[in-house]
Amino acid sequence: MKIEVFVNNKRIEMDVEYDEFLVETLRRYGFNSVKRGCDTGSCGLCTVWIDEKPTLSCSTLAVRAAGKHITTIEALQTEAREIAEFLVAEGADQCGFCSPGFLLTVLAMKKELNNPTDESIKHYLAGNLCRCTGYVGQLRAIKKYLGVE
Amino acid sequence: MFTIKNYVMAETIEEAYRLLQAGKSNTILGGCAFLKLGSKRIGTAIDLSKLDLDFIIETEEAIEIGAMTTFRAVETNEALNKYFSGIIPKAVGGILGIQFRNVVTVGASVYSRYGFSDFLTALLVLETEVELFNAGRMTLDSFLKKGAPRDILTKIIINKSEATASYQMMRNSIADYPLLNVAISKSTEGFRIVVGARPQRAELAAEASELLSSAKEINEEVIQAVVTAAIKELAFGSNMRGSREYRQAICKGLIARGIKEVLQ
Repeated sequence: MKIEVFVNNKRIEMDVEYDEFLVETLRRYGFNSVKRGCDTGSCGLCTVWIDEKPTLSCSTLAVRAAGKHITTIEALQTEAREIAEFLVAEGADQCGFCSPGFLLTVLAMKKELNNPTDESIKHYLAGNLCRCTGYVGQLRAIKKYLGVE
Repeated sequence: MFTIKNYVMAETIEEAYRLLQAGKSNTILGGCAFLKLGSKRIGTAIDLSKLDLDFIIETEEAIEIGAMTTFRAVETNEALNKYFSGIIPKAVGGILGIQFRNVVTVGASVYSRYGFSDFLTALLVLETEVELFNAGRMTLDSFLKKGAPRDILTKIIINKSEATASYQMMRNSIADYPLLNVAISKSTEGFRIVVGARPQRAELAAEASELLSSAKEINEEVIQAVVTAAIKELAFGSNMRGSREYRQAICKGLIARGIKEVLQ
């Protein structure tokens, strides 16, 4: 089946199987920042924005992306670099495998939450697992990036 | 891995229902987050995305939630946060991450009657009804007991009340299914105690609810009697998340905590 999607504001016609999930399709079309992780909806590695909402591409059928706007971290490199500097400064970035999904969730949170508390940051980022760093450094970095106490 | 042979984006609910009846392996798609974990062989996958079933509407009497509404929309909805001590958003807000809750739909969660559901336990403690395309409207309690085979759930209706409520759950880890969940409500009609993930689906502890409602004064002794009654009348079982005995022990704590919370 052919679908038309807008990936990072570029119109693309994609060939998809009915039972194919979006993570596979995006990677097949070269968007390799989208990582395949747990494949059960738990880890957040495969997060992309679908119409601006952070969404698991491992749990979204590709056919359902027809006509939608999908954003991957490839389109947000300036913002990603800025957050990465805060993460590095706090010792909160190591292998980087979780970073694309994590950064997309942080950027979505920045748009959605105004002056978030520690608890609301933790709640928003609970779906992004990192097996290297733990989460305390991440929290410090994100608070500094957002400019919250 | 599940497979899909054919896929149809239904234009009308009548078309979706007709397609569903046309073959035993034809299936209505919800969010697909759970479906993908199984090995179902789907003949025709029927997508309801175009049927305007993604809504939360507050009327004078009720809050109606469309079948294709996501858990994230439920979690952030103003009316659902305002009524019933916000237990519906509390119940779904702990399920994995935001990006998961942007996928999972209300209709699939309710229609599938999952035993582990956080959402069903919270809904059942309130005056909730479901609307199905063919079977029509019925109470959630009746739907959970009888089901409605080969039908399409279009919306759920939570009748408004001044009830205060509490949702309690226990998970082995944040990314796991609950090993037990409890919801308790208090209204002018009395108390309702619902226990889910036993691991069987959510069920009202009718005798325990009646015992609590009829108590003239609620103290530790009454709470212990209510807890004992609930454990006696409900069936508990074992699975990889916990044994029957462990669930019963956890249940004592969650019910007591829930009662104290609704009394505050």
